[in-house]
Parts: sequence; C-alpha cells; structure tokens
Amino acid sequence: MTNGDSGLKALHNPDIPVPEELQSTIAITSLDRIYNWCRARSMWPLLFGLACCAIEMIAAAASRYDISRFGMEVMRPSPRQADLMIVSGTVTKKMVVPIVRIYNQMAEPKYVLAMGACASGGGPFKEGYNVVSGIDKYIPVDVYVPGCPPTPQALIHGFLTLQKKIESQSLRTVPWYRSGESTAIPIPLLGPDIIDPRQAELIRRQAEQAAAQAAAAPSEA
Amino acid sequence: MYGLGILKGMGVTLKHFLDTYIEDLRFLGKGKRTDVAFNLRQSGSNQRLGLFTVEYPEEKIAVPERFRFIPFLVINNLDAEEDPGKIWCTSCGICAKVCPPQCIWIVRGTDPETGRPKPEPEEFYIDIDICMNCGLCAEFCPFDAIKMDHDYELASYDRTTHHIFDKARLSKEFRYWRSIAPTISAEEAEARGGWEHKDVLKEKAKAARTADKATGAS
Amino acid sequence: MAENPAAEVTTANPVAEAIAALKAQFPDAVTEDDRKGYTGIVVDPESLVEVATAVRDTLGYNYLSSATAVDYLGKGDYFEMVYHTYRVPAGGPPLVIKARTPRDKATLPSVISVWPGADFQEREAYDLMGIRFEGHPNLKRILLWEGFDGHPLRKDWKEAYYEQDQKPFDSRWPQGHVHRAEERNPYGKNVRYPEGFTLDDFTPVGEAPNYEGIDLGVNVQEMTTPGLKTDRLVVNLGPHHPSTHGVFRMVVTLNGETVEDLQPVMGYLHRNHEKIGERNTFLQNMPFTDRLDYITSMSNNLGYALAVERLLSLGPRYQPPTYRAEVIRVLMVELTRVVSHMWAIGFLLNDLGAFYTPALYAIAERELILDFFEAVAGSRMMCNYMRFGGVFKDLPERIQGIPLLANDRVRNEATLDYLANIINERLPRAIDELDNYLTNNEIIVTRCQGVGILPPEMAIAYSAAGPLLRASGVPYDVRRAEPYSIYPELDFDVAVRYNGDIYDRYLLRIDEMRQSVRILKQLLPRLRETEGQPIISGSKAYSPRVPEGEAYGRVENPKGELGYYVVSDGGQNPWRYHVRAPSYINLTALGPMTKGHKVADIVAILGSIDIILGEVDR
Repeated sequence: MTNGDSGLKALHNPDIPVPEELQSTIAITSLDRIYNWCRARSMWPLLFGLACCAIEMIAAAASRYDISRFGMEVMRPSPRQADLMIVSGTVTKKMVVPIVRIYNQMAEPKYVLAMGACASGGGPFKEGYNVVSGIDKYIPVDVYVPGCPPTPQALIHGFLTLQKKIESQSLRTVPWYRSGESTAIPIPLLGPDIIDPRQAELIRRQAEQAAAQAAAAPSEA
Repeated sequence: MYGLGILKGMGVTLKHFLDTYIEDLRFLGKGKRTDVAFNLRQSGSNQRLGLFTVEYPEEKIAVPERFRFIPFLVINNLDAEEDPGKIWCTSCGICAKVCPPQCIWIVRGTDPETGRPKPEPEEFYIDIDICMNCGLCAEFCPFDAIKMDHDYELASYDRTTHHIFDKARLSKEFRYWRSIAPTISAEEAEARGGWEHKDVLKEKAKAARTADKATGAS
Repeated sequence: MAENPAAEVTTANPVAEAIAALKAQFPDAVTEDDRKGYTGIVVDPESLVEVATAVRDTLGYNYLSSATAVDYLGKGDYFEMVYHTYRVPAGGPPLVIKARTPRDKATLPSVISVWPGADFQEREAYDLMGIRFEGHPNLKRILLWEGFDGHPLRKDWKEAYYEQDQKPFDSRWPQGHVHRAEERNPYGKNVRYPEGFTLDDFTPVGEAPNYEGIDLGVNVQEMTTPGLKTDRLVVNLGPHHPSTHGVFRMVVTLNGETVEDLQPVMGYLHRNHEKIGERNTFLQNMPFTDRLDYITSMSNNLGYALAVERLLSLGPRYQPPTYRAEVIRVLMVELTRVVSHMWAIGFLLNDLGAFYTPALYAIAERELILDFFEAVAGSRMMCNYMRFGGVFKDLPERIQGIPLLANDRVRNEATLDYLANIINERLPRAIDELDNYLTNNEIIVTRCQGVGILPPEMAIAYSAAGPLLRASGVPYDVRRAEPYSIYPELDFDVAVRYNGDIYDRYLLRIDEMRQSVRILKQLLPRLRETEGQPIISGSKAYSPRVPEGEAYGRVENPKGELGYYVVSDGGQNPWRYHVRAPSYINLTALGPMTKGHKVADIVAILGSIDIILGEVDR
C-alpha cells in the first residue's frame, strides 16, 4: 500500500490500546469505522467525461497520478456499478437531462464530485444561454474542486476530501438504510428553455404575474 | 508468421514492466522519495524508463513559478516597518476590465473626509466558480498587486459560503509572493526600482529629489 | 467531381482573376464586396447555386472551408452568409462568396448540392441565426434542441443572464457589489421562458426529431416468425459514452449488426463560445480559445492570433510578430501536434479494445510536454500563451518547481536541455516504440485495414480536413498551401497516405509526428540564436485598436484546418466571431464512412477521425 494512511493503522480506535508490535496485524475498531474504511478505499467512479476537465481526470487515472492507489481505477461505464459521479466539465442544458437520469440510476450510497469551475458554478461559460450554472441546481454535490481545470493533483485532493467525508458518516444515520424508498430526482424537460419540473408552480406564478402587469400597464398609460 | 506482430507488441509491454523493477534497483537502500530520485523519475531524459508515478499526498510535484491558479492580492508584510498589511491594489479596475469571464468585483474606496476616490479598494471579490485561471489580471496589473496563486488544494464541501473570495481571503503577504515566484518577483522589483510598491518608490524618489534640491540650494 | 485546373494556374493573384471571370460570366448577379476591409464577391441569392457551381467547376474552388452567417443588425439590417472556398490540393488564398438576405424573411438557397460539406454548417446557421436554407434535405437544429425559443446568435436575442452588450460590464467597477447572476433571476437558474409560458399547455418535443425519417423497425415483442432473421433496429450510442470522445451521440440504424444509417446528434457541450466571443474584447477571447479543442490550446491560440493580426495589419501602425516570437510559436504548435496525435493514437486503441495500456504510454510522453507548457505558459492545458504580435513571455531559463505545499518535491532542469532531450531523444524513441508496438499487430491490421474508407473526391466534397483528408491521398496542408509564420523556411514534408481507411489515418499520425520532430529539431538552433530578442512587437495592450473589416485566419491544427472568421466594426469587441472547427466538419463524413460496416467499427471509425467535443459543439 502506497497511501500512508490507508494501512491498518488508520483503523485503530485510539481509546483501545493495542501493543505496538501487533499494530500491523491487529486492529480493534468500530463497525462504522471498518464500514467507512472499506467504502472510502474502493470508490468506483463512473466512466463519464464532459469537457476539458475530463482530460485532466483521464490524466489523473493514467500512470503519473494513478488513482488506482486509492482503489479508484475501476471506472465503470454503467451507473449501476458506480459509487461516484465525477461531473468533469461544463454541464449544458441539453446534457443535464441525461446526467440527472444517470444519477437516478446509480445505486446508493452514491456521491457526486463537481470538478472544476463549470461543474461547480457555471465557470467562464456561466453567462451562456445553454449552460447550467452549477450541477448542484439539479443534483446534490458532495465535494467541489475549484480550478479551471483543476490539475490532476487538485483532483486527487478532492478525492481525499471526499474520503474524509465518507469517514465521518455513521451507519446509524446514513439515509440508505432508512425504511422507505428514496425518491428520484425529476428529469428536467427541454422546452423553450430547460424546465425543472419542481419549478412548475413557480413558472405558473411568474406567468400570472407577468399577465397581471401587462393588464395593468395600459390603464396606467 | 501470423501473430508475430502481437508478440512484438507484448515484448514492448514486457519491457516497460521490467524497466520499473530495474529502475527500483538503482534506488535500493536510498529510497526513491529523495529529491535526486524524484528528479530522475520525472525528468524528460532518456534515462527515465521506469515508474513514473507521483504518489500524490506523500509526494507532490512542486509547480513552476508561472503556474496559475486562483488570483490573490499582495499586501505589505505584516511585520513591515511602514504600513504593515497595506494592500497594494489601488482599485484602478484594470483587472476587472480585462477579466474575460468578469469574475472580479471591486468597490473603489472613498476618502471619508473629502468623499473623493482614494487608491485603495473598499471591497474586492473574486468568484472562483467563474474564474478561468487565465492570468490576464496579473499580466496587466500596473502595480503588481494581483498575482496568480499556486495553492491548488482548495476542495470544499460547500460552495455557497466558500467560493466567493473576499478581500481578507484573497490577501497574502508580499513575502509569500516572493517565496512562490523568486525570479519573477525579482524581475518586477527591478522594473519598479525596488522591493516596495510602485507608489511608495515614487514618493521616496520625489522626497529624495526635494531633499537633493534642498541640500543643493543650501 | 470536377476536374482541378488550379494546378496549371500560375498567376500572381488567382483570386482577382477568378473574381474578374465571375463578373464577366454573371454581370447581373455578382458584385465585388467593396466595403472597407472586406474582400470577395457578393452574389444575388437567386443565382447563388449557379455561381457556386461555376466557382467549383470552372474556377476549381472545390473545397468549402467555412460557411457562416453574420447578423448586420443596425448596419444595413440583413444577414450575410459567408463562404470561404479554396483550391484543393493546389492551395492559395480563398475566394470569399457572400449572399445576403433580409432579417425578417431570412431564406437562402442551400449550396449542399455543390459542396456537401455545407451540410452541418448550414444547419448551424439555421439553428443559431434562423436562416432557412431551401433545398437542404435535413434542416433541423443541430446544437440546440427542437423547440428552443429563438435563435441565439441574432444580435437582438438576449439570454437569461444577459447583463450588457459588451464587456467590461459596468457593474464590476468602481461599484462592484458582488452578486451571483442567479440571484437576479426569478427562477434562480439560467433560464428564461417566453411570456405567458406555463407547464399546463406544454408538451415536450422529446426525442422524436432525432428519429425523423428513420424507420424505427419492428417491435421485438410482436415478432412472430420463427427462425433466424435480422431486423432493423435503432440504437443510440451516447451521449454518456463509454468511449473516450466526450458527450457525442449517434443514432444508428442497424440491420442485424450492419450499419444502415448513422445520424450524429450533437450540442451536448454547446457552451455558446461564439455568443460569448462577440461580447468579449479581442484579447478576452484568447483564453476562451484554449477551451475549444482542449488538447491543443497552443494551436488554437495561434489561429486566433493570426486572424486578429490580419485585421490589425489593415491599420496604419501594425508591426508583425518578431522572429523569436514566431520561432516560439511554431515550437509550441508542433509540440502540441505531437501531444494531440499521441492522445489520438492512444485512444484509437482504446476504441479498438486495447483498453488503456497504449494510451498510458502515450499519455506519459504527453505529460513531459505538458510540464514544459506549464513552466512556460503557466498551465498544463489552458495555455493562453499567444498574444497579438507575439507571445506572453519568453521561455524561462529553468524548468523548476517551487516548493510550497507539504511534501512538494522539486525538479530542476535547464529549459533548453530539457527541450533538446525531449526533441532529440525521447520523442523519436517514443514514436518508434509506438510504431513497433502497434503497427504490425495483427488485430489492429485486421480491424483497421479497409474499414471506414473515405475516397479522396468524397473527402474534398465533405470538406474533411487534416489527417482525415491526407490519409485519403490528398496532399493538402495549410502549412504548405497557405503558409503562415515561419513555415516557409522550415524543411518538412506533407505526410500523405492513400487508402483512406482507419489504418492509414493511424499511420499518417505516426508520419506527422515524425515530421513534427523534424521541424522541432530545426527550431532548436533558432531558439539558441534568437535568445534575448524581443518576444512581442510593439507594446502590450489589453484593448488593441482593431480596424474595421473582416479576416479569416486558419492554421493546420492537429485535427485539421482550424479557421477563425472575425469581423470588426472598429470597436473593442468583434462584431462576429466564428470558429471553423475541424472536428465538427470532419463529422459530416462519419455517416457515409460507417455505412455497411459492423456496429463495433463505428467506435473505431469515430476514434480515427479524432474529434474533441469542445470544438465540435463550441
């Protein structure tokens, strides 16, 4: 194992002492810890690139930065087998429809990493008419990695940040073991502009308001 | 013979595989994380054959001087004799004008007594969710007051509160700029005529001239 | 296809001669464009197809490089369609043809019957500008979706986050109170609906337009006939794509495993490059060009710099780039070509099923060149290095890391030694190794030879460019056909291969990398000789004064001919900024190339075209 903290030592519960000479073979730990330790070190990302950042993501997976050191090299083309969606690049209105669909198809527990300025908040193309200003407008994001594009090292730092988040979770509180079904995110529609079905009410109110204003305007004049 | 091409290709892969071990032998006992070993492993020379991997959190490639990430604002060193912590920016607005995605926001300072603009920003924001790290702000700043940072480890869990950098978050000491860009900062200082801010140097030169005149007259 | 008489024409100014000939042949329909700073002819729309046919057949301008529309709102109130045509493979300057149509009833005849390569470009003009092309067989939106409200590139169309016509925005300084654009939008998002729009009376257009004119085949559940038989089947490949060419989608009609028809669907990465580019100042577009073909940012920079320099040269105080700047530019561009071809070959092999090992070897060499870019320009991929009249900064003395973070390791090499090492030893060896590794591999040979053939006359007709064109036996390279920078004094051959299949495209990329190394070797002594000379002519200005006029700057990008059509009205911003993206136009040939092959070959053929979606969709 090359990653320093990923050895057995990371598992030790500091409250229960284990003799020094046994520390490399025995660890006394809690269920939460071992559960998270396993999950954090076998994150399988979705093989899914969007734009410029995807190239840096590929570079991070290549020999120089080699994310297989973190158990992440298994990029899965199928969302059913993936744990992590790396939104690597500009999200356009046309593309957000498949992205939400793919997100819904991923099995829990699932995580989303917004890579780069575009995926986080629209980036330099934010003002564009076909650009979604941040994927978090549609799906929840766990970690944001700023940069345009983030270097492979910055991306790996993002992975480590995500690992920390996973390690802070507890079996008792994670949503995917609660009873009841988890709800899917409604798929956006392509109309005259992108439509989030969750905003149907708001769109109606806006239309009514505009109509009322239009009706009021001539009487003022 | 059919299949020879495949075998030849596999030979290349095998060679790559073996090279990684041969290279390891060279570092036997010395450890491959020393600077010498690192330089050899990452160099563009033909000597480099084996393992190319940078084991990121344990070893990182230091970025070069010109590397650009998010911009930052230069301030005087906090232990400086004159005006410690004074911001170099004069709020002239050139960076905000030249910024391609328009991610810089500046409120120009006003003198509370006269109400006239003063050469210091009241507020300064950079939305790093828009910034494209192009470096034009730093390139065209006439006062060397905005520079590109090298710290890329900025991943966060929340962007609404973390991703608009304000003046306090952006400000870094001049010492820091000198440490991350020794050559460039030296070149700039030479162009300005000293290590201080351009305006301070101008003031000093002016003071020296008047002093000269005074001594010359007396 | 037409004969090509251009080879015999040896006059000093072939374009002027061509224009004179056209004016004589069509005295009523053809006039010269006499606006200041403009060139070419203006053709009456009624006889556009007739004139175009004459241009192609009798004058030999058989290659339509770029076709784009300009909205002259408030400057005559018309749309102008601009066609840049070239003689291939003879080379030389373009014959520019223009046709005008009123803004309210924008209709023009389609020239697809003359130059089939106009297909996507006319669809784009329809999509973004709203010009109808009569006679176009498949005129529907290409980058946006059917049902989108309006045509965004029209000057009077405003987006949801619209702030001002031109940058810099007044709200940034001196009273720059920060806000996010979404805070000012009633929906909190980048959306804008037409007046009175609600979801009550709305039915989404959905996927239907993508399948228009396609026989969707049988319903599998209803199949009753027993025994083995094949049926038509429509399969969607993408946009979330297991291959590595980004968010591209193909609607493929299959008969059994054989491809009957392929319709590309794009726009999944359409990020409004041109609309934003018209709002930017001239300099502000430079970093945006990095993000077109994000593998080759250096050559994108050069193309744009050339276009704007061509405009600047219309002005009185223009100074051409200095010699050292040109040397550095060519150095960067040729290194970029190696990077791009390395990447293309690695990922072609990925597409063929050799998952990642060849790509790993190619990426490792790429990383070394990126290190150099990072040390010189400041970024691995988004170099933003060229400036009008030169480059951003001279090469640093050393490629040296500066420790800052914990565990930072420093590397330190003299730049020129590093370069010499890479160019003289490392790259030739890496190319030879790839050649050894792959070229004679029986699987590659079997899967690539004779697959995806593009005959030369079809390649020219479809406006294919770059390796795609040259692998089909057309020796056409912009570096030789219309030389720029210091290419005339450099010694290199235009690589050509003649079979036009995947295998030849692969071999051609290897050849081109060898030629690039040959050029790079010639640059090393020039770099040493010119050391210390200025790298930029004139003073560096963030808002150069660009004279009125139009310019078309094109370079031989690794992917093909990259052209920038820039129109200036004398202001701070380009009035029109259009990118002729090679990846985009090369895709026109994808459908015909895949017909009759197996479904597994589609991905390989796509890989051999080597597209980058940032450039396809812009």
